Amino acid sequence: MELLNSIFVAPFVDMAAYPDFLIQVIWEGFVAGVLYSLIALGFVLIYKASGVFNFAQGIMVVFSALALVSLHEAGVPAWLAVVLAIGIMGVLAVSIERLVLRKLVNQHDAILLMATIGLTLILKGVGELIFGGEPKPMITEQLGLPTGSTDWEVFDGIVIFQHIDIAAAVIAVLMVMALGVFFSKTRIGRALRAVADDHQAALSVGISLHQIWAIVWFASGIVALVTGIMWGARSEVSFALEIIALKALAVLILGGFTSIPGAIVGGLLIGIGEKLFEVYWGALFGSGVEAWFAYVLALIFLLFRPQGLFGERIIERV
Amino acid sequence: MKRNTLTLLAAGVIAASSWIPVAQAEDSMYMPSMTYRTGPFAGGGTPFADGYADYFNMLNERDGGINGVKIVVDECETAYNTQKGVECYESTKGNGALAYSPLSTGITLALIPKAPVDQIPVFSMGYGLSAAAAGEQFPWAFVYPASYWSQLSSILKYIDSNGGIEGKKIGFIYLDVGYGKEPIPLLDQLSESMGFSVAKFPVGVKEMQNQGSQWLNVRKERPDWMIMWGWGAMNPTAIKEAAKIRFPLDRFIGNWWAGSHSDLKAVGESGKGYLAANFSGIGQDFGAVQDILKYVVNEGKSKVGSPDDVGNVLYNRGMFNAVVLAEAIKVAQDTTGKTIIDGADMRDGLEAINLDQARLTELGLEGFTGDVQGSCSDHEGNGSIFIQQWSGSDWEKISDLIPPMTDVVRPMLEEAAESYVSDKPDWKGQACS
Repeated sequence: MELLNSIFVAPFVDMAAYPDFLIQVIWEGFVAGVLYSLIALGFVLIYKASGVFNFAQGIMVVFSALALVSLHEAGVPAWLAVVLAIGIMGVLAVSIERLVLRKLVNQHDAILLMATIGLTLILKGVGELIFGGEPKPMITEQLGLPTGSTDWEVFDGIVIFQHIDIAAAVIAVLMVMALGVFFSKTRIGRALRAVADDHQAALSVGISLHQIWAIVWFASGIVALVTGIMWGARSEVSFALEIIALKALAVLILGGFTSIPGAIVGGLLIGIGEKLFEVYWGALFGSGVEAWFAYVLALIFLLFRPQGLFGERIIERV
Repeated sequence: MKRNTLTLLAAGVIAASSWIPVAQAEDSMYMPSMTYRTGPFAGGGTPFADGYADYFNMLNERDGGINGVKIVVDECETAYNTQKGVECYESTKGNGALAYSPLSTGITLALIPKAPVDQIPVFSMGYGLSAAAAGEQFPWAFVYPASYWSQLSSILKYIDSNGGIEGKKIGFIYLDVGYGKEPIPLLDQLSESMGFSVAKFPVGVKEMQNQGSQWLNVRKERPDWMIMWGWGAMNPTAIKEAAKIRFPLDRFIGNWWAGSHSDLKAVGESGKGYLAANFSGIGQDFGAVQDILKYVVNEGKSKVGSPDDVGNVLYNRGMFNAVVLAEAIKVAQDTTGKTIIDGADMRDGLEAINLDQARLTELGLEGFTGDVQGSCSDHEGNGSIFIQQWSGSDWEKISDLIPPMTDVVRPMLEEAAESYVSDKPDWKGQACS
């Protein structure tokens, strides 16, 4: 009876008793969800265009953010460091296309996945060699990102909004809009969609697969840099940040590997869901729910809707 | 032909590299250094490794070693990975290793059963298995200057002396691995005897930089004090999250692995007021540290990133690790009359260590730490801790030395030690009079 109460009654009583806290929980979940979406977006971009599941997306987040803060530490002004970090991700994208992907065209998906695992190890080693293994603080203020917080007094309580979290949400929305425009309104964007739909057909109308892959890895690198800046501002830039990218796997399973809106919705569902579950039902499991909630949710989706919420249902005939 | 030449060259390199330690063994002693300058915990591992190596190198440069025998410090990278740590151990133990300091509770737990077999002591300074403090059951493991349990008892004493602890709620946020869970049995027991309640907040390794949920729960539970058993990226994230929910930072105490300069670098001014336990001195105002600067760092013989990093919390802690080992070598040399000692002599030296204030002053470490005195039965030295506070830009010592609750902790340590060996029929302890 007590168990049923703690599952079906007590959490909702808590929510009704402290609505300000409920709003805070949902807001925190929303912000975490936005950041998960950003990581997932990097995966989706590459998967859409090349069918490669990019295991290196997490280390790309770390690599780009470390490049940014290290350049600034070396005396480069913050915004110039951003431009140079974007340039580094561009060089990386071209190098990956030339040295890895081009050699593996038409290879099995598993081989491409293994190649990105190898890429992860290389980027980790090179990153530690160039930037050192020690964590670095993000240059939040130098980039003009807001700090501080705003209180909202509501329901006899307060909800605290961190300005950096608001900025993260706004930047994520702008980034998704920019990607949407890029994909639908530009020539390269349309070519990207054509490659995503059918490689052979795209090649037959003269679209360069190599060029498209380099561009999409570059776009993914920019998304990684933005993600690194926002996560780094909340904590610090260290190689531990790479692990957070694993959460994006669950987001992708929920949203679908090929859908940008899916990455957004999946991220928000997991972000808000895990916060609500941890805070109101976590005690039933001895806390630490956040570590597995996303993966259990993903597992349930795999059982009942393996293509995700927005993914394409693939029927392979043999 | 070309291929044969390359093969011969490779064989020559391998032969030469395997010969080097043998040559060193004739006029030096071998001290392995398990480091993690890479991986998610490199922020803590790097300064510790620098301090450790620099102290031995300073002794080599200034004094020609210990009693004329140079110490060869050989780093092996573990990346805070237990499997890699064990590989490091297996690949270096044959070089005449005198002792291992794994700087990881996971690696320490893996090496404790190996130590008596290979006759090489494990010195886990202020970490590892708390029960290893009981020398009768763990002749080959040492946790000077204090175990995690002793540290926790000192922290609780500090809280008690700052407004009382009875009737209060203590929040305990910890890295959800063996290290973080280590003090929980004592916390649960003391909560009953001292009359406080506990709310626990585990943080998974994957969630170190994503602690929003834990701190929402902290806000919900409203503890009076928070204690943190964190490491690596978990620490700055937790302090930032605490500041975010406006938890009073002068009621948030980290353990001695959650209070370094690298932890607070990313937090800065917003971490002002945060507290942490410590047992090793802060800063460069010690004779030994000045000698390191003079003989090693300024001569370009250190890996430290900047001379300003010398004296930081974890640098000095790594240095102190080396101080204890160097002192044990000296004690062993003096006791046995040998200049080149082995692992068994080293064990005896560690057990007979007596770093009182007079000896610390001789070593150029006056007031650096509390007395550390070992014995056959006491492998933690009954060490005291102090509390330090983050000013926004640096750490400041704000308390006197706080001794542990030995009367409570010691029986529990002995019980845990008995429990550890109870299912190991071949385990060999030692009789202490």
